[in-house]
Amino acid sequence: MANLLGDLVNPDKYQEPINISGFDTNHLMDDLKQMYVIRRVEEIIGDNIVTGVIKCPCHLGIGQEATAVGLSRYLRSSDRVFGGHRSHTHYLGLRGSVYKLFAETLGKLDGCSKGMGGSMHLYDPSIGFGGSVPIVGASVPIATGAALAAKKDNVGDIAVSYLGDSACEEGAVQESFNLASIMKLPIIFVVENNLFASHMHIDLRQPHNSTARFAEAHGIPFKVIDGNNLTDIYEASQEAVKYCRENKGPYFIEAMTYRWRGHVGPREDTDVGVKRKDDLNTWKKRDPIRRLKDSLINKNVLSENDFNEITKLIDKNLVEQWQKALDAPYPPKSLLTEIVYK
Amino acid sequence: MKHTQGTAILAAHKYLLDNYPEVFVFGQGLWSPWYVGSTMTDLDKIYGKDRIIDSPVSEVAVTGAAIGASLYGYKPIVVHPRMDFMILAVDQIVTQAAKWSSMFGGQSHPNITIRGIVNRGGEQGAQHSQSLHSWFAHIPGLRVVMPTTVKDARDLLIASVLCPDPVLFIEDRWLYDEEDELDPVGEPLVLNDQESNILIEGSDLTIVANSFSCLQAKRVIEQLERENYSIELIDLRILNPLKYDKLVNSVKKTGRLLSIDGGWTTCGVAGEIIAGITERIDPSSLKTRPVRLTLTDAPAPTSKPLENEYYLSEEKIINTIKDMLN
Ligand SMILES: Cc1ncc(C[n+]2csc(CCOP(=O)(O)OP(=O)(O)O)c2C)c(N)n1
Repeated sequence: MANLLGDLVNPDKYQEPINISGFDTNHLMDDLKQMYVIRRVEEIIGDNIVTGVIKCPCHLGIGQEATAVGLSRYLRSSDRVFGGHRSHTHYLGLRGSVYKLFAETLGKLDGCSKGMGGSMHLYDPSIGFGGSVPIVGASVPIATGAALAAKKDNVGDIAVSYLGDSACEEGAVQESFNLASIMKLPIIFVVENNLFASHMHIDLRQPHNSTARFAEAHGIPFKVIDGNNLTDIYEASQEAVKYCRENKGPYFIEAMTYRWRGHVGPREDTDVGVKRKDDLNTWKKRDPIRRLKDSLINKNVLSENDFNEITKLIDKNLVEQWQKALDAPYPPKSLLTEIVYK
Repeated sequence: MKHTQGTAILAAHKYLLDNYPEVFVFGQGLWSPWYVGSTMTDLDKIYGKDRIIDSPVSEVAVTGAAIGASLYGYKPIVVHPRMDFMILAVDQIVTQAAKWSSMFGGQSHPNITIRGIVNRGGEQGAQHSQSLHSWFAHIPGLRVVMPTTVKDARDLLIASVLCPDPVLFIEDRWLYDEEDELDPVGEPLVLNDQESNILIEGSDLTIVANSFSCLQAKRVIEQLERENYSIELIDLRILNPLKYDKLVNSVKKTGRLLSIDGGWTTCGVAGEIIAGITERIDPSSLKTRPVRLTLTDAPAPTSKPLENEYYLSEEKIINTIKDMLN
């Protein structure tokens, strides 16, 4: 149990292109594009934090694009997905509007939370995104409740709870695992284990570095996967979603990944005031986008040229969305008190 | 020596750690100074990681464990870098620590100090902006201390840790850069003897405020001095248990009361101050009805224009004072 992650914690491993045989190339291409969109969106947000245009705290998901993109492929808009402080990827994985995310980070009325939440409080029920909140672990019981509602509805909808490795240190999260298990609730707990809680490595916080041991303890079936490998994520997600839709109970995925930027904000060199170890460049070789792209090129599905054309188009579009968000209005002052109660 | 409020709090930690081997510090972010401004810089390097303990993301267990250790001879300081995260530990603070002495016949006392840090503004939004001192001041058995001045930040923290009761020590990061010249730490204060403090004397109006709202009031009074207003400013300092003598005497003298607080309105400390004072004076001694100024009764927004609307502005304080005096 202590060693569930194995080589996944060794940044020198898992750098190769991934195995894409047997997977739908349209899906792969589509998700490659979406991962690229997420990366560029996060980079644009990062750049605009540096210049002071974005002021709200932003926890960027650069390097962690694959998990949400892979899982979202098997979700539907009546499912209920919840996240935490680092949830741009979860929202965009479900194809949430880039414009609304940009506007939200700027506190604009067109934002997905009407400019009232900022980066840390995203919401869009039209894509099945039930909300992300920055109190660590807080959305896990709520997602569990969304699964309870889905179970009562009995139409096969499921809940997804994205959490970080540190959330497993909170009592409410452990209670939720137990509750979901004993009540057989259709929820996928997805731990994106990036080894860190702000400045603290998991080895300083937990006796074992794999959080899947909590699934085992609570009798929840689980998979530990390379969270930077899109097709591994597909396989685990497909199984988890099927299990939950068939009303068999909760499922647990631990996706090993790594964040490239600091805990909050755009910096790569320091993390909440502490200088980072210099192994980031090694971890970057596990880039989920590059590994998928190389696999597609190796199989002649894609050429370097195609990729450049695709990314050029995306870049152009993102610049337009960003400009539109800059031009959007702020919420009226009256909104402050009008929406406190329904 | 020149201090900011941040370095004054750091100095209090050093004084306590130097002189009391039973003091240790426990909480999140203690090995990264970033989380708590300049209030903990290098403490882990000076005193070692056994006494400056960074923790897993487990507010309930950390707070409860500190209470437990305090029952067996230690004087822990628990740090919650943000009051919003501390809320997870409310059972341990309110239902355990605050009750412990009474329910065991006054025989056992959790000597724990909890730093609940208010950290707001900067478009952080509803879950990273709360100042819930009024909630906690409601609780018998829990001392609630809120320093405004640089000196108090140091000396009241020392008094809190040396006090045998559970103390919630609430800092506001908006005060961390305030500066003052401090003498070395003298004889520690006895927390139980502490009460509100008249920061500025005046004759026409009494303002009672705490923490950052007290600094705002001070700035406003300094501006208004040029216009010949004579306003008395009282810094509350200790929210629970509350002592009224100074407050009552001041309002008897000025006949006017403005109660300012950086929390919400309903069941808040601003209203409590008005109630506590007015029930102790003859209504005829009031020249005008008392007024309270608080935050807008809404969760904190993120976007800048709404933040400006939400938080209490000095302009609003000035207008209220002028209304009350003219
Ligand atoms: C209850 C609570 N405690 C502490 C924090 C401060 N905090 C924000 S994110 C974080 C660590 C998050 O680490 P993890 O859950 O592993 O997610 P990651 O940031 O790695 O994506 C902490 C301690 C918080 N937001 N909420």
